[in-house]
Amino acid sequence: MSEILANSKTDPGDGLAALEARRSPAETFGIPLAVLAELTHRCPLQCPYCSNPVELDRAGSELTTEEWKKVLTELAQIGVLQIHFSGGEPTARKDLVELVQHSSDVGLYSNLITSAVLLTREKLGALADAGLCHVQISFQGNEPVVADRVAGFKDAHEKKIKVAKWTREVDLPLTVNAVMHRQNLHQLPDIIQMAVDLDADRLEVANVQYYGWALKNRAALMPTLKQIEETSRIVEEAQARLKGILAIDYVVPDYYALRPKKCMGGWGRQFFNISPAGKILPCHAAESITGLQFESVRSNHSIAWIWQNSEAFNRYRGTAWMPEPCKSCEFKEIDFGGCRCQAFALTGDAGNTDPACTLSPKHQEIFAQAEREAASDNNRFLYRNFAGGTLETGGEHGA
Amino acid sequence: MAGPRHISVSEASRPVLPRHTKLRFDETRQVWVILAPERVLAPDEIAVEVLKLCDGVRSVGAMVDQLAVKYAAPREAIATDVIAMLQDLADKGFLTEAREKTS
Repeated sequence: MSEILANSKTDPGDGLAALEARRSPAETFGIPLAVLAELTHRCPLQCPYCSNPVELDRAGSELTTEEWKKVLTELAQIGVLQIHFSGGEPTARKDLVELVQHSSDVGLYSNLITSAVLLTREKLGALADAGLCHVQISFQGNEPVVADRVAGFKDAHEKKIKVAKWTREVDLPLTVNAVMHRQNLHQLPDIIQMAVDLDADRLEVANVQYYGWALKNRAALMPTLKQIEETSRIVEEAQARLKGILAIDYVVPDYYALRPKKCMGGWGRQFFNISPAGKILPCHAAESITGLQFESVRSNHSIAWIWQNSEAFNRYRGTAWMPEPCKSCEFKEIDFGGCRCQAFALTGDAGNTDPACTLSPKHQEIFAQAEREAASDNNRFLYRNFAGGTLETGGEHGA
Repeated sequence: MAGPRHISVSEASRPVLPRHTKLRFDETRQVWVILAPERVLAPDEIAVEVLKLCDGVRSVGAMVDQLAVKYAAPREAIATDVIAMLQDLADKGFLTEAREKTS
């Protein structure tokens, strides 16, 4: 029996690679096993590391219920197996139960990625009845002081705990997602215990990835190298101790790695997401790369055509586009040159080697800057919102 | 509440896929897949045959009897393989045990 993993965050489609193992990794771009549907960019939380683009889609541009249903039907027809409902906050959409029910009707396995603060017991029950298969709840800490400050939302933590318990009561599997950074890393051991106490099946310990909102907040969020080493030690110890009780997935911050992450499993290789306005994107941050035109589900093209033929997907697909040092690198089919959005954000050209890689000519400079920021006492957040962000008020800021 | 997390598979077990784990045929790729949270597994033919028997009613012992007849293979060998495979799936959370009838 061959296990294959389709995890949208760390490695979105080893599953696909295994199912299509006949071809070389560089050529594999069959229809993804899992797709991320960002139903809306509206969200009651204001997390300063939000992975949404800084230019958020407005409510008026969102796909309608009927458009989403058509998309879900099409996804199932072309071979997508799992749908992750995300956002923004997907429960801000009044039609979520209907969309989950439609996913069940067309045979898609559905996952809800939520901040949980808008959910009621009744709504959760209705989602379960509609066939929802899995719930992932984000946590910003293990107690309200730090967690509510990071979320920029009063009583968020308490509500999340409540919803997590309801999730298990209706017998849905639960993943706790904990985004980690300098302002909450000291809580990691308690967050792990919290996940155990909540009877979660899985815990994602995800260090912030620095683009979009997080890049704007890098000085307040970037951990020190020492903190990261301690984090890795804590995670490894917990993984061994909790084997069979809690599965822990760990995403290291790529600034402190030697090699860049295999972002999205490679551009246009195993994953796409659909933005609230219906754009088909190679990753949720791709719209930050200016100069690329992304096709919409509202265009005359089918989703499969966009995936296979659109210029934006083919631009950085495979290895032929690579410059040096990627071009002659022995790791080029392992990490596919890292993250295009990060290369764009930090070098101004999405076609450059991701500076997270030690082989990038920009690496030293950026790593040194990150280290300086980590050691700084700038702890003030720029909260995420539709107004382009709001600076945290008050004199003392966590740390 | 959810079923027990740690099940120990024996011939007396009556395993069943939990509600959030689905075994289905993927028409596009023409393979059987197990859909689970954040995961897609591609079980081989034998595993699919065994998993189809996991209905929460049939015991592992009964499955082994059935497979031993079908493949005209030694019962001991089949039992060892089937239990090991089911235990592996159970450890990963893709298989649970049917709850005791309360009535």
